[in-house]
Formats: sequence, structure tokens, C-alpha cells
Amino acid sequence: MRDRRPYAGVRLPSPGPPLPTEPAFWRSPVRGVRFTAVLGLALLAGITLLFVTGLLSYAAYNPDLAAVNDKTPDKGWLGFYLFAWPTGPHWLYRMTQGIHVTLGIVLVPVLLAKLWSVAPKLFALPPARSAGHALERLSLLLLVGGALFEFVTGLLNIQLEYLFPGSFYPLHFYGAWVFFAAFLAHTCLKLPRALQVLRQGLPTGQDDELASPRPSEPTVSRRSALAVVGAGSLLLLATSAGRSFDGGLRRTALLTPRGGAEPASGPNGFQINKTAAKAGITPDVTGDPWRLTVVGPAGEIRLSRTELLAMRQHSASLPIACVEGWSTSDQWWRGVRLRDLAALAGFPDGPPGVLVASIQRSGPFRTVALRDNQVRDPRSLLALGVNGEDLSPDHGYPARVIVPAAPGVMNTKWVGRLTFGEL
Amino acid sequence: MTRLLRRWYGEGPLHLLLMVSSFALAGYAGVRLLDGDTLMILVWFVGAAFVHDLVLVPLYSVADRALRLPFARRPGAVNFVRVPLLMSGLLLLVWFPLITRHTERYEPASGMSPDRFLGNWLLITATLFAVSALRLILCTVRARRRSARNGRPSASH
Repeated sequence: MRDRRPYAGVRLPSPGPPLPTEPAFWRSPVRGVRFTAVLGLALLAGITLLFVTGLLSYAAYNPDLAAVNDKTPDKGWLGFYLFAWPTGPHWLYRMTQGIHVTLGIVLVPVLLAKLWSVAPKLFALPPARSAGHALERLSLLLLVGGALFEFVTGLLNIQLEYLFPGSFYPLHFYGAWVFFAAFLAHTCLKLPRALQVLRQGLPTGQDDELASPRPSEPTVSRRSALAVVGAGSLLLLATSAGRSFDGGLRRTALLTPRGGAEPASGPNGFQINKTAAKAGITPDVTGDPWRLTVVGPAGEIRLSRTELLAMRQHSASLPIACVEGWSTSDQWWRGVRLRDLAALAGFPDGPPGVLVASIQRSGPFRTVALRDNQVRDPRSLLALGVNGEDLSPDHGYPARVIVPAAPGVMNTKWVGRLTFGEL
Repeated sequence: MTRLLRRWYGEGPLHLLLMVSSFALAGYAGVRLLDGDTLMILVWFVGAAFVHDLVLVPLYSVADRALRLPFARRPGAVNFVRVPLLMSGLLLLVWFPLITRHTERYEPASGMSPDRFLGNWLLITATLFAVSALRLILCTVRARRRSARNGRPSASH
């Protein structure tokens, strides 16, 4: 490596253009600790919210309730905080998951700008000044690799592009913990300096180690550069956020999955998680021969759709909210209460949880377990109709489950069997 | 003790404790993360950092440098091209599978056509550049008026 330090007052002539390992290689006048500190604080707030809403989404599946709900059976202590996911407010999952995914999208430019702002440090020599510095750099690999891994798997998953090596749930969940371990350490090490620099500026006599030693002519101020990052976030927000609502607002989501016009018009025209055709559901399995099997201490009871319609019907206004971040406004569902079906199965009071099985032959979550608090909520229905009409095949005809505040896939469509008590 | 640590480790004791606890937690989650297609998961995790730092950053740095070349006489003017290009590129990066119609599962699952994404992206790009052009015209007109009022060329302060 060439030595470019002032030497006895004489700068040695440079034998060529500087290498990326030399500070002089990096010429953007925008880089500097203040610029990085602002982006770092934005990420600290944003990623903390991403992590919390992510943990909530994990809990919303009730993975500790039954093996069928659990895509991460070896989670160990990482599930320490799990709790019975509540049924109210009914828009709870719609809100937490909407925030998780939309915020993730919006933070992309902030993350990229933050990584760009510290790029010179990546190439700085020597690679490690000490054992401690070496450890910290290894931790940074987990931090940067982890952040990108989480953002990339998340963005691919919501676009249904499953390129990642394995199932999304364990990859995104365990990846989040690896990332968060490094994120915590990085926050502890850097936050005091970031706050100090933003409050009081650089202490006198201290070098701005991120600023270029020979900046090129400025084309944009640091403030404007931050404004551009913010504008990128706003543009992503404006073209995404609408997909958490129906109708006109959804149309504003120009560049996001499930944005634009609804898939159809009419009472059943709202968003479909998975169409009947994709799930392999054909009219011959949902027509006259279809029966709902209800299992409990009272034995095995088989009910036709006509018999279900003859039971007492109840209504509930509830949304569909997907783990992919999109959701619908409240839809007006009508059907039989899950707790009435539990009573029929032999649990007249204090119904237990239920194992809900779809007649769908393949696909994840075609059997799910609902907890007792979900069965007991009077708004939890085996719905037969929606918005004043029979369910369409795509929305689960002949019967589907709808539970307040539960993630979309927990609301099983094309239900074939309800087993109360044994999960 | 602390002095010995500083000499051999290069940082204070708090740094060491922080690193050990962070790596322990990362290790606990990491063995679970890697339980599966271990090699490919490692490639994705570590590769993400390397692809970003060694491919993406150099790529857009070189692109930006090339973009600035024609604006040598008026360096600030590059932003009228740079900003809309950056915004459009950002949207393409985030929604690449949808815009390039790469995502085959989207239509069968949702019952919605993915065809609109390419068109929408192009229209948004067109709007971004049109707005930038409008701003350039406004700035130019304003600068000309100012110089006409002062009776001398602009940018003389």
C-alpha cells in the first residue's frame, strides 16, 4: 500500500489514482458523520418498530398452540414472549402487519443511503486494528448481511417470488434474530456518538472520519441529499399504502402487489388471498355432496350447507389482513358462530380451541388451530355469506372461518372439518 | 486488568461483553437459521452484504460519475436528471419481480393481472422526469430574469 500521509511536512507525490482502501478515493462531499447519524437514528426508530411488529405477527399465528401452526418448532427461547393472540381490537393484525410491511418498503432508501454513507469504512485498511475491532467488523457483517437478508426475503415474499433457499417463515424469523443481535450491539456502540454529533456537532479537534479528505465540487448539499432519501421513502409510501384499504384508496397503490382495482366487482369483489383454482377446489367437491364434519365429545356430526343455514345466523364486520401486508376494509360476514358449533360438538359452555381443516389438498396452513379465546369470541364465525350474498368459490364457498384480528391464512376457506378440543 | 484487556483486545471491557452477548444470541438464532439448506442460506446471508458492497454500490457510483460528466460546466444541473433517475431506479429495485413480470404465482393466487406494474412504473418514471423538466424550466427562467434585471450574467456572486 502506498503511504499518502504527510511526511516531514512534504506530501509524497501520488503515483496514481487512489485505491478504495484510501480515504482520498471517496470524494462525495455529502458523506460525513452527521449525515450518517441522521440516517442511523431514522433506522433505529424504524427497525425497532419493524422488529416489534414482526414479533407480534409471529405471535399472531399462535405457534405455541399446536404443531400445525408452528413453522419454527425448534425456536426454543426465541418464543419466550409468546402470548395468546387477542381477538380485539378486530383490526389489530391489519394494523400491526400493515405497519410492518409498509414501513419495511418505506425504509429501503434509508437503509441504502445509510450503507452508502459508510462505504469508505468497509474498505479501510488495516482490516482490523485489534482483536476488538476484528470482532466488531465481523458483527457488522451480520448487521449488513442480516439487514439486506431480511429486506430482500420480505420484499420477495410479498411479491410471491419465493427464490429464497427454504420456507419464508423460519428464514425471516431466525434471520431477524441474527440481525437483531448485531443491531443491538451496533446501537449500543454507536448511539452515544450519533446523539452527541447531532446535538453538539463534532467535538473540537476530532476528525470527521466519514468526510472525504479531498471532496469533489458539491452538486447537492447534505440537507438536499437527506431530502432526496425522504422523497424516495415518500414515493414508495404513496405507491404502496393504499393496499391496506378498499376501493379508491387501493387504486392509489400503483406499484405494489394487491394494489389497483379490486379483482372483481360486487359483494364478493374484494381481495382474494388464494383463488379456488389455485387451491385445486372444484365445484364437484363443494357442491351437494359437501358436508361439514364437526367432531367433539358428542361424536362426529355431519352437516350440509342447508342444515348450517337453518342454524341461528350471526353477523360480524371483519377485515381480511394478510401477512404480506395488504388488507381489506371490514366485510359484512354472516354465518354460524364457532361457539354454537362447539356446543353442538359437546362443549355447551367454555368451548376449547378447534382444529380447522380445509378440503384443499395442498398448500401451507390448510389445517390450523384456533385458541379458545378465538372460538369464544361472538364475532368468530363459520361464514356462509358475505356482504349480503353467498360466499364465492374464491372466498371459501361453501363455508369459511372468519376470526377477528387473526392473520389472513388462519381464516380457513373451504372448511371440511372442525375438531373441537383436540389440537 | 482493564489495561491488560486494552492492550490485548484494543477496546474496553464493556465492548467485549457487548460483542460476546451479541454473538451468543446471533449464534443461538444462527444455528436455527442454517438448519436446512445451510450452504445456500449462508450464501444468501453473507452474499447479500457482498453483492451490495462490491456490486451495487460500485455500480451506482460509477453510473453517477458518468452522469455528472456532461454537466461539467454547471455541476448542480445534474440533479435534474439524477433525482428522477434515482427515484425510478429505486422503484425498479424494490418491485423488480413484479415490473419484469417475473412473478408467476401472482395471477393464479390473487386473480389479478401483473401486467399493470410495468406500465405504471413507466408512467411514474415519465411523470418524475416531466416534473424535473418543469423545475429545470422554472429555474432557468428565474435565473435569466434575475440576470436581465441585474443587467449582467448570472452566478456572479
